[in-house]
Amino acid sequence: MNPLAADPAYETFVLNMGPQHPATHGALRIKLLLDGEYIVEAEPVLGYIHRMHEKMGENRTYLQFMPNTGRLDYLAALSYNHGYVGAVERAAGIAVPERAEYLRVITVELNRVSSHLLWLGAFVLDLGGFTPLLYVMDDREQILDLLERVTGSRLTYCYFRFGGLYNDVDEQFVPGARAFVKRMRDKLPMYHNLITKNVILRQRLEGVGYITAEMCRKYGANGPVARGSGIAYDIRKHEPYSVYPEFNFDIPVYDQGDSMARYMVRMDEIEQSLRIIEQGLDKLPDGPVMAEKVPKIIKPPKGDYFYAVEAARGFFGVRLVSDGTNTPYRLKLRSPCFSNVSLFGEAARGLLLADAVALFGSLDLVIPDIDR
Amino acid sequence: MSPLPEIVRVLAFVLGAMAFVGLNAAFLVWLERKVAGHIQRRIGPKEAGPFGVLQSFADGIKLMVKQLVVPAKADPLLYRLAPALTMITAIMVFVVIPFGPSIVAVDLNIGLLLIFAIASINVLALLIGGWGSNNKYSVISATRAVSQNVAYEVPMLITVVTMVMIAGSMNLNTIVGNQGTILQWYIFPWNGSILLPVAFLIFFICAMAETNRAPFDLGEAESELVAGFHTEYGGMGFGLFFLGEYGHVFVGCALASILFLGGWQCPLGWLPGPHWLLLKTYLLVFVVMWIRWTYPRTTIYGLLNLSWKVLVPFSLAVLLVTAAMLKVF
Repeated sequence: MNPLAADPAYETFVLNMGPQHPATHGALRIKLLLDGEYIVEAEPVLGYIHRMHEKMGENRTYLQFMPNTGRLDYLAALSYNHGYVGAVERAAGIAVPERAEYLRVITVELNRVSSHLLWLGAFVLDLGGFTPLLYVMDDREQILDLLERVTGSRLTYCYFRFGGLYNDVDEQFVPGARAFVKRMRDKLPMYHNLITKNVILRQRLEGVGYITAEMCRKYGANGPVARGSGIAYDIRKHEPYSVYPEFNFDIPVYDQGDSMARYMVRMDEIEQSLRIIEQGLDKLPDGPVMAEKVPKIIKPPKGDYFYAVEAARGFFGVRLVSDGTNTPYRLKLRSPCFSNVSLFGEAARGLLLADAVALFGSLDLVIPDIDR
Repeated sequence: MSPLPEIVRVLAFVLGAMAFVGLNAAFLVWLERKVAGHIQRRIGPKEAGPFGVLQSFADGIKLMVKQLVVPAKADPLLYRLAPALTMITAIMVFVVIPFGPSIVAVDLNIGLLLIFAIASINVLALLIGGWGSNNKYSVISATRAVSQNVAYEVPMLITVVTMVMIAGSMNLNTIVGNQGTILQWYIFPWNGSILLPVAFLIFFICAMAETNRAPFDLGEAESELVAGFHTEYGGMGFGLFFLGEYGHVFVGCALASILFLGGWQCPLGWLPGPHWLLLKTYLLVFVVMWIRWTYPRTTIYGLLNLSWKVLVPFSLAVLLVTAAMLKVF
């Protein structure tokens, strides 16, 4: 509590940021108690677009829930597809062909790059720079075109199936992805020149919006937020799933814990994802993309299963409790944005309004992922 | 002497100034959108008229036919007064701006002082607009705009004092008249003080901050304060703020070109006239737009630090060095 608050002359006012506000990028409301422009208390108020995805999971079959997974974090839908099919495959004991796993990793990483690119544009937009948004849209468009060719959709993908993929990639995908990796590598220095080295941006991000490692542990924050606070935790490395152990990549970690650290983590992750995509394209084996003998109606044996993936925003876990029928008994989705938004109240205390917007942007929140 | 009675001449100039402010804003809105478009690898407006030049007029008509809604809990008087006030100040400063040796409404000997006196009223318009809207975002924005304008008026006026010392006059036409060819422009260090380029830089930064242009557009920081002081304005209420802003941008850049770049004088001494002032001013306006679409927004403390810790000391240094040099040489 602010020591000044006991003073009767101390005046504060409440400012509702949201549910409709340009900086929250969705229907999130933040109740701010302000002293002038300084934030005394910040409380995110959730639930404006709660759609009961978990409950929906309980009353539809395993396959019928697939499209829902693309609508949680719609910017990195393929990671969520991956988490869900992984959980069901683990429960039902379905083996996945190697080509399918490689294609999963390649498409997920492409999706991660597109998600980080959109974050970059939206983040700089939050800071008042309009132009980078249009530049990243141009690059992101290349990914969306690639993914549209193989998945059939551009945003809310539903590409993975239990035991493999919906369909194999066409002959243009591999050269297209290679061309994109090259293009993006050429573009990254431009982004660093335009954005990272910008003196105003550095002044706004460096030393502002600290999140300590303890705070991350307390609230269960993860993904680039935790990695910007010095916690080198990435499920792709620490609890490897799919074919990630066969790839050679680094986890970018920054110790500073300020908004700039989180920014740098994501910029470096784009490079690492490009590395993974390139290796995946080199190693891509031939073969089927769908396991044989996958039952039409999935009925996992009774039990409690958990599967976690590293989504673009962090740890996405699916806990599946099966009672042996064709619908899950309980489907718990553990989403990264929910835990990442939880620390906003503590991290924003004492910041100026403008810095809180920068902090908020650096958390990279997708509101439908918080509210599910 | 002019054959027309003085009052007719002044009225004609005022009407001309009003028409010019409107047309200039329409042109600048179009230019801004085109510049933004090309910086962002887009085309910008292209449907209304050739190269979309009629886009601003289409937007203007749309704004004019809209009803001016006064929010229920707003202060009706202040709410209506603010947009008019910002527009009035934008038009009034044109009275003393010399577009040519004889194209000036009133050739005042304290023209420079008058411009700053009137332009300072603009911040009052932002304040009462923000206050009268009865919106928390608008109030925050209004207080920001006031502290920003107070902070930047100081280095700006110190720089102007420096320029007045060099030119020896507050009459804008005399100041321009002193700068004949490009070598005599006050931006160059051999015309009175070695720190004149610094003075130009300070003046230009302050002019951007005074007119609430990015990266100093804290008054209307859309990602923090929705739209700042004009959040609650719609229709022509917003339109007047918008026109006024472009009017002030033009005046700021025109002053920079009058004080430092020789105003209506030709760089080589041929055909002096309003076209040179417009050319120089629009070049500076282009730079302002270029900066806006390249840089993110600074914060209020970054802005105030820049003013009080950098610009004020530097402008004082420029003033002292200039005074010393004028005394010695």
